[in-house]
Amino acid sequence: MSAETNLTSRAKELVTEFEMLDDWMDRYQYVIDLGGELQKIDEGFRTDAYRIHGCQSQVWLQPGSEGTRIQFKADSDAQITKGLIAILLRVVNGAEAKDVANADLAFLEELELKEHLSPTRKNGLDSMIKQIRLYAAAMAAQSQTSK
Amino acid sequence: MQDSQNPGPRSLESIRADFPALHQEVNGQPLVYLDNAATAQKPRAVLDAISNYYERDNANVHRGVHTLSQRATDAYEGARERIARFLGASSSREIIFTKGTTDAINLVASSFGGSKLGPGDEVLISEMEHHANIVPWQLLCERIGAVLKVVPVSAEGDLIYEEFRLMLTERTKLVSLVHVSNSLGTINPVRQIIADAHSMGIPVMLDGAQAIPHGKVNVSDLDVDFYCFSSHKLFGPTGFGVLYGKASLLEDMPPYQGGGDMIEEVDFEGTTFNEIPHKFEAGTPHMAGAIATAAAIEYVEEVGYDFVAKQELELLAYATNKLKSIDGIRIIGEAKEKASVISFLVGSSHPYDVGTILDKMGIAVRTGHHCTQPLMKRFGVPGTVRASFAFYNTRAEVDRLAEALVRVSGMLS
Repeated sequence: MSAETNLTSRAKELVTEFEMLDDWMDRYQYVIDLGGELQKIDEGFRTDAYRIHGCQSQVWLQPGSEGTRIQFKADSDAQITKGLIAILLRVVNGAEAKDVANADLAFLEELELKEHLSPTRKNGLDSMIKQIRLYAAAMAAQSQTSK
Repeated sequence: MQDSQNPGPRSLESIRADFPALHQEVNGQPLVYLDNAATAQKPRAVLDAISNYYERDNANVHRGVHTLSQRATDAYEGARERIARFLGASSSREIIFTKGTTDAINLVASSFGGSKLGPGDEVLISEMEHHANIVPWQLLCERIGAVLKVVPVSAEGDLIYEEFRLMLTERTKLVSLVHVSNSLGTINPVRQIIADAHSMGIPVMLDGAQAIPHGKVNVSDLDVDFYCFSSHKLFGPTGFGVLYGKASLLEDMPPYQGGGDMIEEVDFEGTTFNEIPHKFEAGTPHMAGAIATAAAIEYVEEVGYDFVAKQELELLAYATNKLKSIDGIRIIGEAKEKASVISFLVGSSHPYDVGTILDKMGIAVRTGHHCTQPLMKRFGVPGTVRASFAFYNTRAEVDRLAEALVRVSGMLS
């Protein structure tokens, strides 16, 4: 299985999980629960340098890798926001940096989450995706030059 | 959504029927609108005033000789008379039309502040001000070398009055305070504030944006020097506000913005300016805004401020008790005198999470810092959830909020 299909299959898995929950409260509860399972970021990354701007709640993203694969951590002071970034990380963590850099992460549309988010959260989510792809692109470029 | 309360001559149900926006579903639930401190819903009378103006009388005001222009001018200047009466101003010359409260404060900061203050002079505000009553003064102080002084707020959310008194000095050239706090609901002791400031010859400006919707304000009785409010919080249209200023002060102030309508005669060698209030109203004004504001005032006075106050105080007491009985809810701001605003936190949950889930249940509240970041810092919170009530809200709606909060609290714990 290629890394690209790996991303897609993980996204599909999430979509299936969400489809099993038909009540909106349950979906939000699930988002919140996913946020609760998020691995803690390391001390020193809850700073302005790692903060994603454009979110009304505070979000910090800690870039990291295992070889050429993405291994990010993140945190937020709001639980729904934390859940949203947990969903993103569940899809991208373990994937090749170059694939994430080029992925459109459109699976979020299928979760039907975006349309239920307020515009400010939507902007925040877009900022998170942008930052994940930026880090991924930088990591992919670095591994390219070090080859 | 029928309540058993009897509001007097008109039932709450019939009053609610006047507000079309209240009768809709949001996320599959009947809307519970508790964001009135941000903007209030509009009664049919206001909506009709707007459409009638555009359907019948629309023409540019002043200077027009044709019938429509005269009708529009009559309605527009008639609105100024109506607003002057509403505020208890001694003349409609003291009523300046603005874009809103923010615009009014900027006008006073720029025109009064810019001409009457100098280096080392002080402007006194408080820790509970909206950014609109902070930033214009900061800009002024930067420009002319004046100093901004800030009266602190107690843990309950009251102005610390002894501090206020101590901060009034011969360097103070203006006191600019919020009448009712938008974040906490605190009603400031404005009568005492004005008396104390005047005893030292210091003029007082009040930001009345949150006061006007809840109670009768009489500027002559208060002897306040400047008073301002926004129409949209008084069930009127957005983009329109009022600045009251004592004629003696306004006459002595330079124009704020230049353009049409505010001039007497324009010549490249020099321009002379129109009389007050027109001196401060450059450009084609918001005619429909003025006329619809007069309609809003008419409506509120017909409902009656006695009813408004009774209904809101009952809702505030009822909601405060309900919320306090829910585990983990902490109310921010418990001033002695409060308007119908409750700021609170649910456990350690982020206000955005609470607001998002409440919206899913059809309940509209505000979350965040409410444009009062210094005040949020004072209380050590990133923001709050704020439920603000108007006279058209019901006990049943408070019950919906309370039930929803129990559920939210469970989800976010």
